[in-house]
Amino acid sequence: MGKKDTNISALCTPAPGEAGRTGDWRDMRPVIDETKCIPTTKGKAACFLCWLYCPEGVVKMSIPVEIDLEYCKGCGICAEECPPNAIQMVREGEINE
Amino acid sequence: MSDVRIITGNEAASLGVKLCEPKVVAAYPITPQSALAETLSRYVEGGELKAEYVRVEGEHSALTVCISASTVGARVFTATSSNGLLYMHEQLHWAAGSRLPIVMCCVNRGVGAPWSIFNDQQDSISQRDTGWIQMYCRDNQEIIDSMIQAYRIAEEVYVPVMICYDGFVLSHTMMPVTIPDIESVRKFLPPYKPHTILSPEDPRTINSVLLPVRRANPEGVLCDGYMEMRYKLQAALDQSRDVIRKANELFAHTFGRNHGGMLWEYMTDDADLILTGMGSIAAEATVAADILRAEGVKAGVVGIRVFRPFPKDDVITAFGHAKAIVVFEKGISYGYEGALCSDLKAAFFGTDSKAPIHNYIAGLGGRDVKPRELVEAGKTTLAAVEAGRMNHEIKWLNCYTG
Repeated sequence: MGKKDTNISALCTPAPGEAGRTGDWRDMRPVIDETKCIPTTKGKAACFLCWLYCPEGVVKMSIPVEIDLEYCKGCGICAEECPPNAIQMVREGEINE
Repeated sequence: MSDVRIITGNEAASLGVKLCEPKVVAAYPITPQSALAETLSRYVEGGELKAEYVRVEGEHSALTVCISASTVGARVFTATSSNGLLYMHEQLHWAAGSRLPIVMCCVNRGVGAPWSIFNDQQDSISQRDTGWIQMYCRDNQEIIDSMIQAYRIAEEVYVPVMICYDGFVLSHTMMPVTIPDIESVRKFLPPYKPHTILSPEDPRTINSVLLPVRRANPEGVLCDGYMEMRYKLQAALDQSRDVIRKANELFAHTFGRNHGGMLWEYMTDDADLILTGMGSIAAEATVAADILRAEGVKAGVVGIRVFRPFPKDDVITAFGHAKAIVVFEKGISYGYEGALCSDLKAAFFGTDSKAPIHNYIAGLGGRDVKPRELVEAGKTTLAAVEAGRMNHEIKWLNCYTG
């Protein structure tokens, strides 16, 4: 057994994966079409509504945009909000990496 | 020189709160608690109590404000009654699970439906399993004194405390009360030290989802799961019995008044018949015991002061060699019997005590209970036991429907 948890209430420092690897809850996976994604096509910081709306904070504000699939639950909010429909939700297991 | 005033139970509670110097008060008015909430807002407005009074739209929010303020390190207070307490129910669990030393008053009142504004204890009894310490007061002096003890107890074991006192019977009834001096209270009650201080410089996630299994946090420390956290709450309540007894002893030493730790006794040493209950009905039972003694019956009273944690060892000593026990309760676990009666029977199971325990449901919705009626109930029980009739159906005192 490791160090004893001395907390008398449930608390931890904020960090990815506090609630475990939630990525394996996912049925649907977001797949980004980089030919449509606004920041990637324009080559500059723009849009990033996927980052703004993601309730899990797993979208990285980068070019190209990256999604951390270790913790993405596949809710599809990013796909719903994406103005050029660059994100498609695809059933897990139906596409190859 | 002592400061004695003739005041109501609500005034005693307000003065008790003021002496404990909370930093945040949030309460929503409800009869019969209203005067307590109003007096506290007057203290804050007039600068007598240097606290923030947060106005809220209901009791659920009142306790939520207290939970938040307590989490960031403030001593807090709230109070309610009846359906207001029921409306808080979810947050009662949340406060206890977060291990926040919140103190609140429940000014006991019957719950609707049908509506009643009058006294019984169904409101707090039905919150028994929320993980709060519950104390029941027998008079106005005990209200102010228990308030001061409650903060000390809560802040030592990090468990919230509910101080229960009977609506109208105490809340609106005037009696002489000695007001403790602020310097002695400050010495008795050290400043609140939170177990966790939330600050933007060192952020924490609190009460996030805990899974059925234990698992390592991002720093690699194996953390307790949901079940371990719940066990810690139970262990804290178990340990609080000693803290409650010691707080009472220190209080008696400091202020010269001993209200009993977990329970109090009245002429129990040689008692054949022991009457018991919680709050003002137990105080009234002492009058009944006097009448019974005058009539030649060796009667005594045990007042259960702390209902949770249950005084499981104290009751075995206190009820000693009684031949019969009568439990008067202003509440019931519907479909069975009075909650205190069940707990007492459970505490005696497997011990030498074989005294029959008879249960009377009394005074619901403010129905008057007279000492003479407690006397008659006691005599009926004693006669039945002496005639060898040990079985007993619970009786509803002064209830006339069929």
